[in-house]
Amino acid sequence: MSRPFGQLPGWADYVLMPVLNLGVAFGISALVVLFIGESPWEALTTMLDGALGRGEGIGYTLFYATNFIFTGLAVSVAFHCGLFNIGGEGQAYIGGLGAALVALAFDQVLPWWLTAPIAILAAASFGAAWALIPAWLQATRGSHIVITTIMFNFIAAALMVYLLVNVLKVPGAMAPETRTFAAGGQLPKLGWLLELFGLKIGAAPFNVSFLIALVAAFGVWVLIWRTRFGYEIRATGISPSAAIYAGIPYVRLVVVTMLISGGLAGMMALNPVMGDAQRLQVEFVGGAGFVGIAVALMGRSHPLGIVFAAILFGVLYQGGAELAFWIPTISRDMIIVIQGLVILFAGALEHMFRPALVALFARAIPARAG
Amino acid sequence: MEAFDTLVLILASTMRLTVPLLLAALAGLYSERAGVFDIGLEGKMLAGAFAAGATAAVTGSAWAGLGMAVVVAVALSLVHGFASITHRGNQIVSGVAINFVAAGLTALLGQAWFQQGGRTPQVSGDARFSPIVLPFTEEIAAVPILGPVYRSLLSGQNLLTWIAFLAVPLSFYVLYRTRFGLRLRAVGENPAAVDTAGISVTWLRYRAVIICGVLTGLAGTYLAIAQSANFVKDMSAGKGYIALAALIFAKWKPVPVMFACLLFGFLDAVAIRLQGTPVPFIGTVPVQIFQALPYVLTVILLAGFIGTAVPPKAGGVPYTKER
Repeated sequence: MSRPFGQLPGWADYVLMPVLNLGVAFGISALVVLFIGESPWEALTTMLDGALGRGEGIGYTLFYATNFIFTGLAVSVAFHCGLFNIGGEGQAYIGGLGAALVALAFDQVLPWWLTAPIAILAAASFGAAWALIPAWLQATRGSHIVITTIMFNFIAAALMVYLLVNVLKVPGAMAPETRTFAAGGQLPKLGWLLELFGLKIGAAPFNVSFLIALVAAFGVWVLIWRTRFGYEIRATGISPSAAIYAGIPYVRLVVVTMLISGGLAGMMALNPVMGDAQRLQVEFVGGAGFVGIAVALMGRSHPLGIVFAAILFGVLYQGGAELAFWIPTISRDMIIVIQGLVILFAGALEHMFRPALVALFARAIPARAG
Repeated sequence: MEAFDTLVLILASTMRLTVPLLLAALAGLYSERAGVFDIGLEGKMLAGAFAAGATAAVTGSAWAGLGMAVVVAVALSLVHGFASITHRGNQIVSGVAINFVAAGLTALLGQAWFQQGGRTPQVSGDARFSPIVLPFTEEIAAVPILGPVYRSLLSGQNLLTWIAFLAVPLSFYVLYRTRFGLRLRAVGENPAAVDTAGISVTWLRYRAVIICGVLTGLAGTYLAIAQSANFVKDMSAGKGYIALAALIFAKWKPVPVMFACLLFGFLDAVAIRLQGTPVPFIGTVPVQIFQALPYVLTVILLAGFIGTAVPPKAGGVPYTKER
């Protein structure tokens, strides 16, 4: 993609602009809080205190962040290839089916550290399978992947409700959910990790999936920047026609990239299903697939940026829950508003300040280029 | 006769369920034919529904509700336009953002203003668009077939239903028989050619997203104060996405859009009707099949198995003037 409005120094591009964009998003969020008659400062301190003040809060923050690392990575891998995978929500939902089936099959026979690798494979392959048809349609028939993945989100929702209500539900029970997994199907909490820092985990469901997410982030970094396949992905993302001309097999590349993306989204299910609820429930994804879009945008599609952005969104989620508890006029929906504003300003309007900044830099550093 | 009565009931329910889909799909039609993809139909419809519900509850006037819904939905459309036309941002990202902001703000403000768990208070009388009973309904009610059809399908529809169905021929006329429509379609196919002819691409696209805002505002108004009597949190419940599916299913053409919406509305009506009742020879059909069917059909269409859906050529691509 050509830079539409001239060049900026690297630090301005990667640090200053995102910070400015985020600043506007949070500024407008503060106005919303003011508009409903509460103090933005009090809201901010309540949020930060709730999310980072105690060990339990940090545990919850990192628990939410784990979801967003997976979905953010999923969106970013597709982004690098020039594809917009908006179907993380459905892929994670189906991934949960894979993880739950493994947990239900092995939880009474195997210890967790043997169940977990099988569950990771199952969650990833179920998520990948859900991305396969949209990917194949995009690559071979030119069907817009945004539209097909949206459709697959809804198909996944209908399918999972059907399976939970009619097939997987405990006979005689009211709630559409599977039975609770035994210890062999549960991912252990990471209380010891927080204790290294002198923190108590309390009731927070912060679990081993967080470490799996960090490994996945490192894996994505290696894949995109240190392998031949990653190079092909990036080349295709920048210019598909040039990539095809250079002999990169377009269909295979698109399909495999989307399988990786769907697999990452599917692995997100490990955290809520095996790490927290220990059973498969309706709508356990809860919008994390869409938050992944915001996280990938803010993290500039780089795994390190994604981890930081995911933690920021973890703070928003946990802080937002605390906020709704202490200041009831500000309901949890405030988080959704902030998310939307972040997506708007860090994503759709990311170049809003570029012309002004370019003009500013041109004046400050006159005629450096010769 | 009983089967006939059931059919009329299902068709009447189809009409009611089709209206919001039709208005939203026509809204998307204008925007996407002008080259601006819009997955924010859902959010605009929801924001419109909240504005209509809240305004009608406070003022007691359905018309005030309608006006506010249109204002709010157009404002969100302009945000979408500002991001995707003026700043050449990613149209999908902008649409996702609008859906989030609308879902969050409506619930947040609803709770802050009315304290009813994100609902707005129930309204009645002049604060709603009530059914319009056509003349001679009772006189011909006894006539077989014609009577029930006239009573259930034509008479008793509210103003917005009439607007929605009249908007179909009107949209056909505007898009295919006026200069504005020709230019609007041209700007979605080849904006550079339109620009060369000395017509502003930006202004044309802004007009398209404004029309899109007006129609989604009407769709929201229908949800909140015509079909129901108040706004409920997340009441658009994916209808914006079904409308998007209908728009694609209809290959971005106004009259097929109506039939696609009627088909999807019919599937919804059948699903509601069949809930828990077994069908002869088949047994109980899971309601989820009907919920998933619009999306499955659209994917099959996109795969090229039911003709081909060719989107507007410049759709989703921001226009950069030659420099």
